[in-house]
Amino acid sequence: MSMLEIKNIQKSFGKTEVLKGIDLSVEKGDVIAVLGSSGSGKTTLLRCMNFLEKADFGTMTFDEVTYDLGHMKRSDIALLRKKTAFVFQNYNLFANKTALENVTLGLTSARKIDKKEAAEIGMEMLKKVGLEDRADFYPVKLSGGQQQRVAIARALATNPEIIYFDEPTSALDPELIGEVLAVMKQLANEGMTMIVVTHEMNFAQNVSKKVVFMENGVILEQGTSKEFFENPKMERTKEFLKNIRSQHDA
Amino acid sequence: MNDRILGILAEGLGKILLASIKVTIPLTIIGFALAMVIAMFMALVQYAKVPVLKQISRIYIWIFRGTPLLVQLFLAYFGLPKLGIVMDAFPCAVMVFALNEGAYCAETMRSALEAVPEGQMEAGYCVGMNYLQIMWHVVIPQALRTAFPPLSNSVISMLKDTSLAATITVADMFMAAQKIVGRTYEPLWLYSEVALVYLAYSTVLTIIQRYYEKKLSAYNTRSSEPSEVKAQGGN
Repeated sequence: MSMLEIKNIQKSFGKTEVLKGIDLSVEKGDVIAVLGSSGSGKTTLLRCMNFLEKADFGTMTFDEVTYDLGHMKRSDIALLRKKTAFVFQNYNLFANKTALENVTLGLTSARKIDKKEAAEIGMEMLKKVGLEDRADFYPVKLSGGQQQRVAIARALATNPEIIYFDEPTSALDPELIGEVLAVMKQLANEGMTMIVVTHEMNFAQNVSKKVVFMENGVILEQGTSKEFFENPKMERTKEFLKNIRSQHDA
Repeated sequence: MNDRILGILAEGLGKILLASIKVTIPLTIIGFALAMVIAMFMALVQYAKVPVLKQISRIYIWIFRGTPLLVQLFLAYFGLPKLGIVMDAFPCAVMVFALNEGAYCAETMRSALEAVPEGQMEAGYCVGMNYLQIMWHVVIPQALRTAFPPLSNSVISMLKDTSLAATITVADMFMAAQKIVGRTYEPLWLYSEVALVYLAYSTVLTIIQRYYEKKLSAYNTRSSEPSEVKAQGGN
């Protein structure tokens, strides 16, 4: 049985259908890269999975409990969010909190862990992303790459079963992307379950185990990342990979 | 300037300062504190889109921002007794100033709350916090930081407006000056003197504002401390 399984997620914004019935199953330890051009619905899919957007229709089975995504109870949303974490494209660190406080706030306020224990966990997580010396810095004093690493530490602190990454490197200067991808690769190697919406083909090919390719609100092709990159089945997928590679070579 | 004027000014300063300590300052502090409570409540019900309360808040702001402070004072002190509501001058003034200032500060707070990026709320939800926890730890502190300069403006403006309370028999520092003018016929000297005392108090408030703005700027993008590291690019 999969750890997380979604069936037939549908979502419209007004008259625009963004997700037209998506099925996805995630095993423990999976690292899934979600690829696709802009507007294909990949970010919306991720946001619906963490209830930042309300899906119109569909079901989610998480740890063998099935939820109706169109009619989620507030308490169920809170419960599911405590099992997951989210890393945003633009980091969204709490601007009025230091790096360490950003990591610990979810522990002290939402989980009522005492301050001292939370600080220990927080420092451990900052160490993991190589930023223990920045613990007392406010986000505005950190580079984009450092902010995103703090955001990853914050995601890890609550000990989630799965972490959703929404284009975690898209807002970064090219020279800062590497440090964030290195942290993500380390997590993948440690067996963290991750769903990563990304444009980083290197990550998709070399770190992720599975690839999901989306187009116009549906999953066009999915498979292991080896299969996907070496032997794509669909014409559209081949074209996408060709475009990416020609860009890369240019 | 002769000895007579000096004598009047010396006497005036004593009476003006005494009246300021007994009336003007308490009126400003109590009035503004109540205004902030009202403003916070009115801004939060609008931000959180609480039905009914949100509409009440809009109507309250519409009325108290849309009518003159002086008229509100007269209505409360001279008008309400006709309905059987009689108040002493000082509490009446406190109430009117709180309600009037509360309407302006509510708008300041509302816009400051709305200026906090949506992503802050989303990030809070994603680490498992609930709405109230996010408001308390993240959104309200950031909004207060944004609202601090305009709120400081409001308190300075209110300090000066308390002089209107003299018109409903509150014995504030302006009335103290008026009384001496009535006796001595030296309006130029005494009104200048009371103006300078207002200026002195406003200056103190401005200095306090500067001090706290600096303290609050720790996480502000526009902070100008020399030690600031470049936010983007550097690593």
